[in-house]
Amino acid sequence: MTALLKVENLQVAFRLHDNDGRSRRVEAVGRGEHGISFDVPANTTVALVGESGSGKSVTAMALVQLLPRNAECSGRVLWRGDDLLRASRAHMQRLRGHEIACVFQDPMSSLNPVLTIGEQIAEPLRKHLLVGRAAARTRAEALLAEVGIPEPKRRLDMYPHQLSGGQQQRVMIAMALACEPQLLIADEPTTALDVTIQRQILELLARLQAQRGLSMLFISHDLGVVGEIAQQVVVMRQGTVRERGTVVELFADPKDAYTKALLACRPRLAERPRRLTVIDDVLADEASGMALPLAMRVPEPDSNPRRADDDDPVVLQVDGLSKSFWLRSGLLGRSEFKAVQDVRFTLRRGHTLGVVGESGSGKTTMGLTLLRLHDAASGPLAGRVLFHGHDLLALAPADRLAMRRRIQIVFQNPYEALNPRFTIGQTLVEPMTIHGIGMDAPSRERRARDWLLRVGLDPEAMHKYPHEFSGGQRQRIAIARSLTLSPDVLVLDEAVAALDVSVQAQVLNLLKDLQDELGLAYIFISHDLAVVRFMADDVMVMKDGRVVEHRRTETLLAHPQEEYTRRLIGAVAQGPASPSPSPAKA
Amino acid sequence: MSGAPDFVSTAMTSTLTDPLPMRRADGVWRSAWRRFRRDRAGMVALAIVLAYALLIACTGSGLLARHWQDEVGVPDAPPSFLGAAAPDLPGAAVPASPAASVAANVDISDVDPLAPRYKEWNERAAQYHAQSKPIAATLPFGGDRLGRDVLSKALKGTQISVSVGLLAAIVATLIGASLGALGGFFGGWAGDIVEWLYNVVTSVPEILLFFAFAAVFGRGISTLVLIMGLTGWTGQYRQVRAEFIKHSRRDYVRAAEAIGASAGARMFRHILPNVSHVILVRMSLLVVNFIKAEVILSYLGLGVATDQVSWGTMLLESQSDLILGHWWQLAAATISMAVFVTAFSLMADAWRDALDPKLRGQR
Repeated sequence: MTALLKVENLQVAFRLHDNDGRSRRVEAVGRGEHGISFDVPANTTVALVGESGSGKSVTAMALVQLLPRNAECSGRVLWRGDDLLRASRAHMQRLRGHEIACVFQDPMSSLNPVLTIGEQIAEPLRKHLLVGRAAARTRAEALLAEVGIPEPKRRLDMYPHQLSGGQQQRVMIAMALACEPQLLIADEPTTALDVTIQRQILELLARLQAQRGLSMLFISHDLGVVGEIAQQVVVMRQGTVRERGTVVELFADPKDAYTKALLACRPRLAERPRRLTVIDDVLADEASGMALPLAMRVPEPDSNPRRADDDDPVVLQVDGLSKSFWLRSGLLGRSEFKAVQDVRFTLRRGHTLGVVGESGSGKTTMGLTLLRLHDAASGPLAGRVLFHGHDLLALAPADRLAMRRRIQIVFQNPYEALNPRFTIGQTLVEPMTIHGIGMDAPSRERRARDWLLRVGLDPEAMHKYPHEFSGGQRQRIAIARSLTLSPDVLVLDEAVAALDVSVQAQVLNLLKDLQDELGLAYIFISHDLAVVRFMADDVMVMKDGRVVEHRRTETLLAHPQEEYTRRLIGAVAQGPASPSPSPAKA
Repeated sequence: MSGAPDFVSTAMTSTLTDPLPMRRADGVWRSAWRRFRRDRAGMVALAIVLAYALLIACTGSGLLARHWQDEVGVPDAPPSFLGAAAPDLPGAAVPASPAASVAANVDISDVDPLAPRYKEWNERAAQYHAQSKPIAATLPFGGDRLGRDVLSKALKGTQISVSVGLLAAIVATLIGASLGALGGFFGGWAGDIVEWLYNVVTSVPEILLFFAFAAVFGRGISTLVLIMGLTGWTGQYRQVRAEFIKHSRRDYVRAAEAIGASAGARMFRHILPNVSHVILVRMSLLVVNFIKAEVILSYLGLGVATDQVSWGTMLLESQSDLILGHWWQLAAATISMAVFVTAFSLMADAWRDALDPKLRGQR
């Protein structure tokens, strides 16, 4: 099989200016003398896998010359014999969209909101194939039908906002396929979508690839997704290629330490280890030549010493919790939108309740309602939240402050959750000052340092600002901030969703350790069933504001009762048919 | 296809965080200053603005231009570099005639009943001497209709105009920022009330508002400051309100609420420092606008009091000067104003770029 696209020793660097006005080169792809090389053969899906900062997106953009102006590329990118890095701008314009097409991560921002779907699909047709208006419209309709959009004729005249996220991504794919390209570059095409939609889009891409005999360069951070769609995998880390191979080889017998670690640190549906493997540990051991077989490092499933015990004292009892929002309708009228309806659960000390559901299912609203973080004027609130016997929803504002201390929250996006103008020290000391914990400022600072150590950070961090830390470190800081108040319950709202897999494993381990040590109760909100499987004792499945199913994690995963739960479980990417088939595949 | 791949930021954050330097972090303002220093136009503008500040300090303390009201030159004295005015002016030949007419007089002291007292009167008159200073024929940058030094007037005018602009901007910012913070943070009925106020103020043409306030308060610097402060807060309000709406929904503010921070603490300790650059830049734009507004108001006769001078009053006077070809007063006022306003705008621009966290590292 001849290679359609051949990348030879590609290197990309960005020229950046630092604060002192000196410009420096930052290597995004390739390190030192060594660039990256790989091939994309005809009629094959090749996946570029890596964590953030690995250079996978930069590589893809370099292929089609869509990098910003401060990028410097070297090496060769051979497209059927032509070197694209040296091609003229006009030549690249003819190529892009015609022979090589792209699909990006966020369909909402990739579609032009003021043009109809039909016009946007017709554009590449008329530009590259010089098709007439009527013919382009007919083609566009056929394409929409091909990517599985119902009633394609009617949709042609719709605007992007009238379609759901999954449909928008289908439109993006239709646009990319309009001129029958030979190569489709898909840059994290499913990351911004809900899990069940993600599954549909993956299936669509796989089907189109097979039907049309396309080549696809699929970029993802998720090894599970890659395992399902790709034939060949290129694993990247920090701008270098760590391993290349077919999917089956790579998953069955990874050669590189990083690939091994990456495979090991993903939580799985099939088993529940005590702790997750952490990439840095594996790499450090590997370097010192003391590598243990991974199987020995990860304890057997269910050898967990801390069993969630049904005799543990109840911390939180929620009964009939409902929350609605007022929506304006007409001039003065308002209508009620029921975001959460009749949620009930009991949370015991040291237990974790997993809450899963797709976006819009009301799981985040439920978490925020427990903390009363909604404006009272936003809509009515009903039900009872018994916390150590006190009804949180009936408390007077004065008593609320004392109770607020005991339930804390960690948010999804670590880049948003810390005040950028506060030092870490200020961030950690503030809650203690508000609640009068600790005698004076020095003792509060001592406590803050202790907490930083406990979450695995250097106490020197006290004097720094959030922008100096990575995502995982910031999430540790956010966790430390909630813990300074010694809460009983911690609401973790997608707390690891924005983190890379390796970092995610570290933070999940940290949360488990803290739970064992402090007897914290967690409400773990997530869309990712595999992560919930690792963390939670009970799982509550939510859909459209209601609890659909609520059972022990093992029972729920093994014997899901509801169709919706089965769909959610089926949507978890498992990698290629694994040696031990999980119940999810059923 | 216009996907927005975020690899640039990813590449940057990864390199920024990789080697975690152990030095103490720079504060927001310090790093903004470092970025500002790289902007050459901004630095030049800053130097000019600082020079103006020095001049204003000197005039304000009386070191310079204290006697701007003295009539030190002949009326409409031309600038020194042009030389004295041509002597064909009608008044120039007059002084010679009185001596000649005295000599031609007939002695009538015999019949003059007052004659015996002339001597006494002359002696008494000699005791008084009119201190008439020598009047210069030319002045460094010319004189006005009364012979006052245009350069001193421009210096004094700079002090008045700039301080009026600055004070008015501070008043407008205080009003606009606090209303904006209130409306943006709380929303609901409080937000509605502020919004109605905003709508009422903006629905009236600004110049009419100026007239109305001026009619009520009379003339003077404090009136000007008040007028412009009370009418000019709307832009600041809109922007601060928008920023507060945006920030009050961000996770770090929610996190502050979760740890029990009060509404006031969230507004002023958490959000305000994060939007302060917006307020500051908007305020510096207001300064420029108000300086121009002061000129217009003074020109229309609604500005500073008659015994004060500002760029606006100078422009007003220069209207009649121009007919006679006396351009220097106009030039002095416009040059000093144009230089300051341009420098101040450039400086504000540079500050905006330096303070905006979104632009960080991209230049």
